[in-house]
Amino acid sequence: MNETKDTTGTDGGGMIEMNHVGKWYGEFQVLSNCSTSVNKGDVVVICGPSGSGKSTLIKVINGLEPFQEGTITFNGVSVGDRTTNLSKLRSQIGMVFQNFELFPHISIIENIKLAQMKVLGREDDEARNRSMELLERVGLSDQRDKFPAQLSGGQQQRVAIARGLAMDPIAMLFDEPTSALDPEMINEVLDVMTELANDGMTMMVVSHEMGFAKRVADRVIFMDEGYIVEDCSKDDFFGTPRGDRAQLFLSKILTH
Amino acid sequence: MESGGFDTHIIFHSIPFLAKGMLLTLELTVLGIGGGLVFGTLLALCRLGKFRALAFAAGTYVNFFRSMPLILVIFWFYFLIPLVVGEEVGAFQSVLTAFIMFEAAYYCEIMRAGIQSVRVGQAHAGQALGLTYQQNMRYVVLPQAFRNMIPILMSQAIVLFQDTALVYVVGLSDFLYSADIVANSENRLMEMYITVAIVYFSMCSLAQFLVRNLQKKFAHE
Repeated sequence: MNETKDTTGTDGGGMIEMNHVGKWYGEFQVLSNCSTSVNKGDVVVICGPSGSGKSTLIKVINGLEPFQEGTITFNGVSVGDRTTNLSKLRSQIGMVFQNFELFPHISIIENIKLAQMKVLGREDDEARNRSMELLERVGLSDQRDKFPAQLSGGQQQRVAIARGLAMDPIAMLFDEPTSALDPEMINEVLDVMTELANDGMTMMVVSHEMGFAKRVADRVIFMDEGYIVEDCSKDDFFGTPRGDRAQLFLSKILTH
Repeated sequence: MESGGFDTHIIFHSIPFLAKGMLLTLELTVLGIGGGLVFGTLLALCRLGKFRALAFAAGTYVNFFRSMPLILVIFWFYFLIPLVVGEEVGAFQSVLTAFIMFEAAYYCEIMRAGIQSVRVGQAHAGQALGLTYQQNMRYVVLPQAFRNMIPILMSQAIVLFQDTALVYVVGLSDFLYSADIVANSENRLMEMYITVAIVYFSMCSLAQFLVRNLQKKFAHE
């Protein structure tokens, strides 16, 4: 895998830089003064109670959700700048969704080929080869001609990861990738993600899988009511979480 | 019924003439649906788009045409267009234009509902892969919207198929009007009107049958 792509142009900062980001849905503030920095190769797990703004935090990074305050740069490019070519920026960031979001009207292989051909301009053969490579990597090459609905949730999510990787992204965002899955399918997805992390992919993962966080995260961000409450190394987080909210959250999540 | 009895001979005898009328009916239906669908989809994209002025214009257009009886729209295009353009455009062209403009207003609303029925996550997935707005619409959202909308698009198409009968007001010989000509000239009203009813019924039933099969096929995917 060639995840170690050129990432110059970062102005000496991290690959992802968020500074004092604020976002509102009408009157309701979903993100408040959020600042963090993710370096190349970092694996950051974001956790927190539901409605705390975790998913929104990663969706503002590739501009799927607009934000009203602060700045975000990805690989040196300002996300909020109106002159930024968002489509081009997004093609460099893989994203995996809670509900997989494979395109239901086209086959598995076409799902993986589509953006390679339309966005990267790859020829049919090249896109097909790359797709098959990635399907083999996630262990699903025999499913290539099926439609998404014919696959299990775990299989669909692995295809979704392959679809993201096919764009040769320099970072991957995961929005609760396992929370829509039956328990017996969670590990097959986490295994693919672990392997990806071990290969050096820069990842931000919204997840409640604390086992995964303990195994592969470099850092853990804990969010509550739109604020980043904790942003520390995994050892600090699991060793001595400071805030009451984080402690309460951890005690709830680790006991079951 | 001066002639008495049910004369099947007249029906067979007039088949070539009726077939010509049916050809016109089908031509108007197919072109009306095709044009209406393309124009209606564009209107729907305008209504859902981020340009306020376009959205407002499209919305006004839709509300306007949906408030008008179809027959009035047919009259307009037949009598007003020549005044505006300064020359005759021909009954067929003017009627076809009327159908397309009129149907587009309905197809716009159907498409709008169809586009909104596609989960926002699907559009997000396309965007996240780097597809532009146009690519995302073309390859991800619209194909799914069309599938969701097939039943209602088809029932609207069947309504148009029946509505083409209105073209007699500008003297075009569609299927019904052709049958009407035969009925009156041969004084065989019963035979012709029953035949017309059977043909309309069979064709619409067949169309509905095909739609159901199509839906079943998509349901498997």
